Amino acid sequence: MPETTIIAGAGQAGGQTAISLRQAGYEGKIILCGAEGLPPYQRPPLSKKYLGGELERARLFLRPQSFYETQEIDLRPDSEVLAVDRAARKVTLEGGEVLSYDHLVLATGSRPRSLTIPGSELADIFYLRTLLDVDAIRGRMEAGRQLVVVGGGYIGLEVAATAKQAGLDVCVLEAAPRLLGRVTAPEMSEYYLEAHRSRGVDVRVHAAVSAFSGNHAIEVVECKGSDGLDERIPADMAVVGIGVSPATDLAEKAGLSCDDGISVDEHCRTSDAHIYAVGDCTRHPNPILGRRLRLESVQNAIEQAKTAAANIVGNPLRYEQIPWFWSDQFDLKLQMAGISEGYDAVVQRGSMEADDFALFYLREGLLIAVDAVNRPREFMACRKLLPERARIEPSRLEDESIPMQEMI
Amino acid sequence: MPKVTFIQPDGSAETVEIAEGLSVMEGAMEYGIPGILAQCGGGCSCSTCHCYVADEWVAALPAPADDESGLLEFAWEPKESSRLTCQIHITPELEGLILHVPEQQI
Ligand SMILES: Cc1cc2nc3c(=O)[nH]c(=O)nc-3n(C[C@H](O)[C@H](O)[C@H](O)COP(=O)(O)OP(=O)(O)OC[C@H]3O[C@@H](n4cnc5c(N)ncnc54)[C@H](O)[C@@H]3O)c2cc1C
Ligand code: FES
Repeated sequence: MPETTIIAGAGQAGGQTAISLRQAGYEGKIILCGAEGLPPYQRPPLSKKYLGGELERARLFLRPQSFYETQEIDLRPDSEVLAVDRAARKVTLEGGEVLSYDHLVLATGSRPRSLTIPGSELADIFYLRTLLDVDAIRGRMEAGRQLVVVGGGYIGLEVAATAKQAGLDVCVLEAAPRLLGRVTAPEMSEYYLEAHRSRGVDVRVHAAVSAFSGNHAIEVVECKGSDGLDERIPADMAVVGIGVSPATDLAEKAGLSCDDGISVDEHCRTSDAHIYAVGDCTRHPNPILGRRLRLESVQNAIEQAKTAAANIVGNPLRYEQIPWFWSDQFDLKLQMAGISEGYDAVVQRGSMEADDFALFYLREGLLIAVDAVNRPREFMACRKLLPERARIEPSRLEDESIPMQEMI
Repeated sequence: MPKVTFIQPDGSAETVEIAEGLSVMEGAMEYGIPGILAQCGGGCSCSTCHCYVADEWVAALPAPADDESGLLEFAWEPKESSRLTCQIHITPELEGLILHVPEQQI
């Protein structure tokens, strides 16, 4: 009997696991089980070019359907994995089918946090995670309509920028004192606040949404402003982007150890040696940073998938990389590397007014992260410098007469 | 459909047909050409779709924009002929295009 690997979750990480297994020469059976009825696709364009109508649907898919056939990957897009019997090494699929595995890879991703307040069941209130979600949003996006985005994280801000460019009136409401509060430094929060406001988006911080109201469909978003007064903001539609939670329920039910994410080691192995977990659903160690992380990024999904695939074919690869991420809003291409949390100094190179700068974050003189806006060279140089824990004089970093090449 | 040839560092070559309008990177993904990772899916944000264009083809391509050049300068062993394949769009003139896949991406 050949070996069987079952992958639960056909998103970026699940799809990549199947692809990487074949690239690594895996000869066993691969069963890729999804819950969205679609082959694996990329999510980043969902709030960017696809939402803006600049990218056709077919171009979102990681691979064409024919690829799975030629690679003998048994893709079952409508087969949610409902339960795992670890002792028997079997999974139960939606519809009742029971399959045996030698290796199981959990690639269940994450799910949007829901906002449960009065009126949250009204029509035209959307979340943005799946292709179906975006198709529904696009169906309602018409120039002149009023969109309220709840949550000033990357996805919310990307939606705001895309909608503004499509001619909608856009208001962003963020409950925290600053945008992107969970993921970036105050300097960048301030920059993005100005960037959106100067391009015509009505951004409000300290604005906690308390209710939606309307007749069948949303008409008004009620929120409490920083002055404590209630405000009523007219809305034809709302998009809620207040973060995601890792999809750990299947793992928890199976008794695997979880800690805000499925706990894995540097080989992406869970507390059961036959079960791996990859992508948004994991909490994993980062040997370079010396701490455990849960990341929501394509890089993490792809690299963990490759790591798990390598280990399944017997190559004990470790996942150890500097995290990086990107976000496109208006004409601003943001590229980030490293984790800035815990910095004690920030150095700016270039000009924020000209939307052409990089911020370098240092801790005890060592470079720990970069945020680069329209500055690919600074971003790329840091991707090389960060793993080496480089010590660079702030006066050199900010000096534009010294090319980044000379810092490496 | 224009034919594009990818040559691996070990000299092995694969010729595939890529539909007009798609990027060379998308064609490479469709056929699973090894060595092209394309992590950002064509967003010109990651540099992991880097290839060297065969010398005789360099002049046939429109020059790279600054964001592409910036990524390429720091790609793995960049050369004059380096390009990001997600930024090369297939047109009938590119029939016969030849690209060399680098030994690694980053
Ligand atoms: C709008 C948007 C924009 C983004 N932009 C960026 C960006 O610019 N850059 C970046 O790096 N990242 C971005 N991300 C994040 C990135 O898309 C995710 O980190 C990535 O998709 C994670 O991949 P994954 O496979 O772990 O999870 P997912 O892609 O969520 O896939 C998980 C899949 O598993 C399925 N599933 C869950 N449970 C089961 C089960 N029991 N059985 C079978 N299937 C199951 C789910 O339905 C889902 O299809 C963005 C995300 C969104 C939503
Ligand atoms: S795919 Fe990321 S730069 Fe080309």
